[in-house]
Amino acid sequence: MTDSKESQAQTFPKLLRMRAKQSAGRPAMREKAYGIWQTWNWDTFAEEAFAFAGGLAQLGFTTNDKLIIIGDNRPRLYGAMVAAQALGGIPIPAYQDSAADEIQYVVEHAEARFILAEDQEQVDKALEIREKYPQVEKVIYSDPKGMRGYDPQVVVNIEDLMERGREFAKAHPGEIDAQIDKGTPADPAVILYTSGTTGKPKGVVLSHSNLMVTARNSIAFDNISANEEVLAYLPMAWVGDNTFSFAQAFVAGFCVNCPESASTVMQDLREIGPTYYFAPPRVFENLLTSVMIRMEDAGAIKRWLFHHFMAVAKRVGVSLMDGGAVSVADRLRYWLGDILIYGPLKNTLGMSRVRLAYTAGEAIGPELFDFYRSLGINLKQLYGQTEATVFITMQPDGEVRSNTVGKPPPGVKVRIEDNSEVMYTSPGVFQEYFKNPQATAETKTSDNWVHTGDAGYFDDEGHLRIIDRAKDVGKLNDGAMFAPKFLENKLKFFPEIKEVVAFGDKRDFVAAFINIDLIAVGNWAERNNISYASYQELAAHPDVYKLIQKCIQQINSDLVLDSHLASSQILRFLILHKELDADDGELTRTGKVRRRIVQEKYQGLIDALYSNQQHVDIVSEVTFEDGTKGSVSADLKILDLSRAEQQTEPLAKAS
Amino acid sequence: MSEPQADNIILGFDNVSISFGAVTALTQVSFEVPEHEVVAIIGPNGAGKTTALNVINGVYQPTQGTITYKGEVRQGMRPHEAAVQGIARTFQNVALFKGMNTVDNIMTGRNLKMKSNLFMQGLYWGPAQREEIAHRQAVEKIIDFLEIEPVRKTIVGRLPFGLQKRVELGRALAAEPDILLLDEPMAGMNLEEKEDMCRFVLDVNEELGTTIVLIEHDMSIVMDISDRVIVLEYGRKISEGKPDAVRNDQKVIDAYLGVPH
Repeated sequence: MTDSKESQAQTFPKLLRMRAKQSAGRPAMREKAYGIWQTWNWDTFAEEAFAFAGGLAQLGFTTNDKLIIIGDNRPRLYGAMVAAQALGGIPIPAYQDSAADEIQYVVEHAEARFILAEDQEQVDKALEIREKYPQVEKVIYSDPKGMRGYDPQVVVNIEDLMERGREFAKAHPGEIDAQIDKGTPADPAVILYTSGTTGKPKGVVLSHSNLMVTARNSIAFDNISANEEVLAYLPMAWVGDNTFSFAQAFVAGFCVNCPESASTVMQDLREIGPTYYFAPPRVFENLLTSVMIRMEDAGAIKRWLFHHFMAVAKRVGVSLMDGGAVSVADRLRYWLGDILIYGPLKNTLGMSRVRLAYTAGEAIGPELFDFYRSLGINLKQLYGQTEATVFITMQPDGEVRSNTVGKPPPGVKVRIEDNSEVMYTSPGVFQEYFKNPQATAETKTSDNWVHTGDAGYFDDEGHLRIIDRAKDVGKLNDGAMFAPKFLENKLKFFPEIKEVVAFGDKRDFVAAFINIDLIAVGNWAERNNISYASYQELAAHPDVYKLIQKCIQQINSDLVLDSHLASSQILRFLILHKELDADDGELTRTGKVRRRIVQEKYQGLIDALYSNQQHVDIVSEVTFEDGTKGSVSADLKILDLSRAEQQTEPLAKAS
Repeated sequence: MSEPQADNIILGFDNVSISFGAVTALTQVSFEVPEHEVVAIIGPNGAGKTTALNVINGVYQPTQGTITYKGEVRQGMRPHEAAVQGIARTFQNVALFKGMNTVDNIMTGRNLKMKSNLFMQGLYWGPAQREEIAHRQAVEKIIDFLEIEPVRKTIVGRLPFGLQKRVELGRALAAEPDILLLDEPMAGMNLEEKEDMCRFVLDVNEELGTTIVLIEHDMSIVMDISDRVIVLEYGRKISEGKPDAVRNDQKVIDAYLGVPH
């Protein structure tokens, strides 16, 4: 794909100028409006973008000015990014769902004088910001609907502005071109504000070269061509969209499709049939749920066909895609299934043409992951962050696993620190946090390595596994890594287990508190004729202990296969007599375990876990929902497990 | 779409009475609807509000009195003539084609504007094809205007009530009316749907310049969106004026507003 001309165009405005000539007549962007997909070819797209640049210049937008862009994915908003860059300015896309005061922080921090707002809703936000931060001079809008009665001194129509730009270009030919020529690859191309979980958002500055070189490498990695179709539906403020729908599209020259509205994404996906698709795990999960619900409502024959052929796909689909050995009979069955079930299903999901799909952001459940892959959809995982211009590791074709995030692609180096933290260096390493040298220095070393804050390790096949946040990872006394959240999440995949708190830092082995799930275990108890009067009674029942023991044994036999985590087997556990509760301060309001509080409160139980006791007495205080306090006393059993050994391998494989 | 001129009276009732046998539904009601305004008709159940709308679009003929529409005294007009002359309406209970999708329902609102005959339409050829495309474009603008893109192809009977009401408004708008009659456009809606509908009613009024006569029970909405309020009780007009004036009119308070509900 990369020819010599393109590698000369080292900024996006230069690249677009080149595309306008080289790819004229080919679609650059589409947007569905009035029920029809409207197309911008590369030449018309460039003409509009540079006309807008001329208009912006007329408003006084100049080098180093920031253009805040708020709105859904729209060709004109992508064009505006290039327009700002053409003038030596920096576009800053903001999350369109954010409230005015959240965007205001970005506007003030970036000292922006210009806001491009998609429609009336966003204009209202921009004007609200302007009331508190009057340095905002102009608000530009692109959708004129409802835009009556606004102050024309402040609020400007993008079409009018483009018209002014065209007149300006007629009067001063070559002016915009001269501006574009001044750009260098090291110039900032975009600032992306990341919504930090702690403190204020930080503005990650990415240069033209960051975006362009990473795009080029990833295009080569996955053989992305100029014929791809993508659907741009994830926020423009997110680094992934800047890469998948902007940088890669410009470099490879493929077409980006913008949905009609946020609520029509599913229909638009089906109409476009993208060949290259990205979605967070949550989206894949929702899609699967909606399929399953609709299958339940289908007729008996359809249901039988669905379940029959999905079983075939589950058995052979993944190995077919990975080029594994599959018998002729199974190939025939899969072929038939493709005609009857997989094909129509993929069509319903809008994935008939998907050649390459990625998911990232959080762990994806193995069954969910395999469901899509067994249908023949090449779903892969990657690991990345804004500071890396997305890519840190990616899964190469044929080496796709549900529990790893792949290998560093060409150009990226990854190393693991002593505390298990993942660090990387790459051509995509961000320039700085805007106006925040202290945070920059904390995150990026002088030789351009970046701290991810995530703990992980390379498995025996050389694939990276991310297991926890680095600050939560500890060490067992034998020096092995102890990642509590990794173990806890693994156990929480069992429906019977609601909550887990694992201990092991500076201990000889790992032990855990378990909370059973009252509904799942209650159901199981009913089916097995186990009677109980309370949560506490059910939790203490010997058969329930056996049930949980089986779950843990299964995890242990999985762990023994993993050389890094073999020491993390859970050897002793107890089932808590009450559910961990936010009212008692044991969970946060969003349902996450407050490890420190639990440790303090149940120190006696932890001591018992690391002794020889077989049971332990506890009196604990509970807070009822009306605020009154009471106490619960219990005698808790502690159960031992034997350490799993390597020979249990076949069992582990089966799981 | 001319500039709003409040002085132009588009519709006038002069001493209109109508009775069904011994029941008098309207008694000597007079009022005027200025062009481009939002006029609300309120009143307790059975006050004659829907009857008043039915008289306007020709379903009922007044027993007494005259109606002036666009400067002409109207004699015995039938509903489809009212439609031709630019009067469109929605109904208290949604009256859509439940088995058809949103686009087709709104398309029916364009019916009066279609020129080609059934045969040509059936062939979908030549002028009929061009006409169909032009009408479809008009319908798509309405769909965009009312933000019902996601349900474009959904069978209307499957839509929630609030959306059905929006589709019905869309169909009324498809006729490009000069005056739009809305019979309880927000009945049965939750607060959010009501707020949405209010915004659409105001948008129609402000952007398209359409005069709107609406019946509504939710007083806060009536007071917020109307330029003028007419109060009926037992078929008689007991008050008329700006929302604030009506709100403070003792007769209205006694008849209607004083009862907390």
